[in-house]
Amino acid sequence: MRDPLGKKVIGIKPSGIRKFFDIVQETEGAISLGVGEPDFDTPWHIRDEGIYSLEKGRTFYTSNSGLKELRQEVSNYINRTQGVTYDPLKEIFITVGGSEAIDLAFRAMVDEGDEVLIPQPSYVSYEPCAILADAVPVIIELKEENDFRLTAEEVLEKVTDKTKILVLPFPNNPTGAVMEKKDLEEIAKVVIEKDLYVISDEIYSELTYNGKHVSIVSLPGMRERTILINGFSKAYAMTGWRLGYACGPANIMAQMVKIHQFAIMCAPTTSQYAAVEALRNGDEDVSKMREEYNHRRRYLLNEFKKFGLPCFEPFGAFYVFPCIKKFGMSSDEFCTRLLEEEKLAVVPGSAFGDCGEGYIRISYAYSLQNLKIAMERFEKFISKLEH
Amino acid sequence: MGTREEILNIIEKNSRIEVHELSVLLGADELLIANELKALEDEGIICGYHTMIDWSKTGLDKVNALIEVKVTPTRGQGFDNIAERIYKYPEVTSVYLMSGGFDLMVILEGKSLQEVAGFVNNKLATLDTVLSTATHFILKKYKDHGTILTKQYEDTREIITP
Repeated sequence: MRDPLGKKVIGIKPSGIRKFFDIVQETEGAISLGVGEPDFDTPWHIRDEGIYSLEKGRTFYTSNSGLKELRQEVSNYINRTQGVTYDPLKEIFITVGGSEAIDLAFRAMVDEGDEVLIPQPSYVSYEPCAILADAVPVIIELKEENDFRLTAEEVLEKVTDKTKILVLPFPNNPTGAVMEKKDLEEIAKVVIEKDLYVISDEIYSELTYNGKHVSIVSLPGMRERTILINGFSKAYAMTGWRLGYACGPANIMAQMVKIHQFAIMCAPTTSQYAAVEALRNGDEDVSKMREEYNHRRRYLLNEFKKFGLPCFEPFGAFYVFPCIKKFGMSSDEFCTRLLEEEKLAVVPGSAFGDCGEGYIRISYAYSLQNLKIAMERFEKFISKLEH
Repeated sequence: MGTREEILNIIEKNSRIEVHELSVLLGADELLIANELKALEDEGIICGYHTMIDWSKTGLDKVNALIEVKVTPTRGQGFDNIAERIYKYPEVTSVYLMSGGFDLMVILEGKSLQEVAGFVNNKLATLDTVLSTATHFILKKYKDHGTILTKQYEDTREIITP
């Protein structure tokens, strides 16, 4: 029999998280700080709109690009948060989570051999999606001494005449790093000078703790070279609804919608009705959740300080990314032992790129009460290592 | 620095939190927080530190009733005078002035139905200014003071996700 599998897919490494997931599942009594989604339920008024849409029989496909009223709300939202206007008919469309938009952006924009700059540590899907689109991923290793921000020099070092796209994954999973306006201005200069396009994954944009998130699309000359990707999962605690969106120049959106139309048809209708409510009346929920995340963030950083564990201060998302190099073992080994010995699951930094080696990702999408229990175990573990 | 509102939001849910922890969560100096708490108490914004108890689980007898009261307001005093006469009874836990079909909402805690009925008949209904009362007994509390009493939170997320 012939090999049923294609070479391209075989060449892609499975997610490092998956491997760890299997071990955790087999560990009895384990508690986890390994989750990349909010612990809050979707606010009730949003769920209620979803239910109401079902009751009314809104159970059909929407247009390929998504409900017009939802696209209008997305347009309003970007306008009020970033001061940038997108045409809801031609420059915005609704996807199945931000992750679909990432995949489509690559597929619509690259040809074989085009290079894509991917800063790491970062979310696990950019590299495989770029490979599946026949692009060549070029990794930029972010550094703790820069607070895991991307610098113009780092981009310039990796740019070649084949480079077409720069991925901008901020606020960042797993580091929690954010890019402020001054940082983005430096990047924008290089992007324009080198004639690059940006895929800006801003799924954590509502979760920043040192002021409002600034999108690169708000900088002069960047709107026309950026695909802005966002969604409802993190801001409104709507991960299971699978809903995101992409905004960008009409010619790029048209091609992304073309693939979306053949592969997906349209994003889930119920979710779209719920999302309209989220954008119209969800600001208060978001700010309550943000406030609570911020308390937990401060709590964890204070604990690490007490433990003498070095950790740069992250200002975004819901992760802290402490450095464990002083224990002289790999992230994988550290996490495996922490799980075996104290039954606490955290994710090795190496799951988010080679340069995440020496770090661990701890999620604070858990109640303070649970974080306290987890920190007791964590402290016990590292004090054992130190003696 | 945490705002007053942030302090209040936290201690409204957890009045037992210590000043030190509060200062960590809010990223503020401990002394500042202590002073702010003191000020909030002095200004009567923080009026007490209570404990949420689901008495129905204790097996002890407790009956809660809501009583809608219609009254005749007195000249110069409005409803304040009559409200005061009612809220001074220790068995009364809350008194609110309401808009709509009646004037005062009186919330009462008693040991038994008879005890509550006795209060309404002997004390409340006999007040000069009280025109009528309608008593409603609470059968079951699902949620009280923002806390859901009937269900425990259960984390149904996958254990590890990217």
